[in-house]
Amino acid sequence: MTPSEGVGRGVESVLEMLESLLALGGMVLLRDSVEWEGRSLLKALIKKSALYGEQVHVLGCEVSEEEFREGFDSSINSRLVYHDLFRDPLNWSKTGEALPGGPLEALRALCGRTDPGPITVALDSLSWLLLHLPCTTLCQALHALSRQDPCPGKQVRVLGLLHEELHGPGPVRTLSSLAQAEVTLSGAMGQASAHILYRRPRQHPTHQTQWFSILPDFSLDLQGGPLLEPQPQPDPHTPPVDPTNHLTFNLRLSKKEREAKDSLALPFQFSSEKQQALLRPGPGQATSHIFYEPDTYDDLDQEDPDDDLDV
Amino acid sequence: MSERDLIWGPGVLRSSVSPVSAQGVSLTAARERRQLVFLEGLKSAVDIFFRPQEEPHPLQFLREANTRNLQPLYEFVREALKPTDEEEAAWRCPVLLVDDLSVLLSLGVGAVAVLDFIHYCRATVCWERKGNIVALVHDSGDAEDEENDILLNGLSHQSHLILRAEGLATGFCKDVHGQLKILWRRPSQPTAPRDRSLTYQYKIQDKSVSFFAKGMSPAVL
Repeated sequence: MTPSEGVGRGVESVLEMLESLLALGGMVLLRDSVEWEGRSLLKALIKKSALYGEQVHVLGCEVSEEEFREGFDSSINSRLVYHDLFRDPLNWSKTGEALPGGPLEALRALCGRTDPGPITVALDSLSWLLLHLPCTTLCQALHALSRQDPCPGKQVRVLGLLHEELHGPGPVRTLSSLAQAEVTLSGAMGQASAHILYRRPRQHPTHQTQWFSILPDFSLDLQGGPLLEPQPQPDPHTPPVDPTNHLTFNLRLSKKEREAKDSLALPFQFSSEKQQALLRPGPGQATSHIFYEPDTYDDLDQEDPDDDLDV
Repeated sequence: MSERDLIWGPGVLRSSVSPVSAQGVSLTAARERRQLVFLEGLKSAVDIFFRPQEEPHPLQFLREANTRNLQPLYEFVREALKPTDEEEAAWRCPVLLVDDLSVLLSLGVGAVAVLDFIHYCRATVCWERKGNIVALVHDSGDAEDEENDILLNGLSHQSHLILRAEGLATGFCKDVHGQLKILWRRPSQPTAPRDRSLTYQYKIQDKSVSFFAKGMSPAVL
């Protein structure tokens, strides 16, 4: 699909938003903010993946398992494996319930799994991982995770949720460069929107903006956009006012006025006539005189003070 | 108060908060009924420097040069929530009030350490004990404070309800002390778009606060 085709397709004819995001494979980066949260879109993508028959592994750092599974029916919950990093991510309780090795080992374990079939890995959230792990380590683990395995049965799709305001531009751009699709959430007038950037291989990046809302069962409802107030139209019956009436200055010059303007010599233009006039004072011009009355304390030395400078 | 409350406050910025009374409820009586556990940060901070301590103190981080985490403070919260004897019922819907988290930043604790502390409190108070946490953070506003911004945004992402109190844009007013913006962030109970956020104006009175819609203060009607 060329860029012009991608932009021109419009809302109705393009693949449904979730399908087109999941079709790319690789990593999908969801960038949300405090006002426009992204977890519900993440859950909508997870539901879609589960409906395709895939197993979904969730690395849950921010919410409890119960809260995450809320809203999913049993068929989807049975395909969801929740790796709990919420209860004791830093092993403070020392009861042995925490995932061994902490968040990094949990992430790496997902890379090294041996069970067959394509899987989807959802990271909730990448922000939590980025605050607790070095950026380079996280990016290496993500790259290892989302790299397309030549064996088609072992494809891994990665969905990452990132809270934009928590990080500087460097880490955000680094993670964005690893993603095949990037969804930035925003909205207006109570209506959520997703600005999607697709990075298809060997093609220019394409953009798409989609207004949507998420239903209680985490299916997506595409919408046209927020209802705008109708703009007031100008009254067609009032005659247009001619602004050139009743002016206090001239808009045009007559022929005589133009000639006079062109023949005027500007004060700082140095012409040969002016030069001659300055060099030879005319009969009407008096030479200038300087009248000087010295004070008692004035030192009237006729010598040039710069004589001894040797310049 | 029918449920038990747990309050922790340094008492540094809010000198008007005392255990005696707040919001028309006698906190001293609640403390005696063992409904309230109050950690007064300012007093405890003095203790840690001038009195010998055997076990780790909740404010241990004040003594450590390299503050890694607030685990002792979290352990204090967790211990306070345990029932003291078998006859007492366990804490029912406890509330943890934290006043305030920005002070921890100025005491040298990193923003991520404070976020981890709140994360663990959420796991214990909200998930395990089905309670609630109310935490206060100051917005640095125009001042460029990266650590405070990370704390503020990180906490906002962890919250289900955000109350943003700010002064009026037009300046100081005797009858309207400020404006409160309420933002709901709970996606599992989707509300209509117009219900996601509300704005009220308020006036603080002796032991309560009165709220009214914008421009509807009784003083101007």
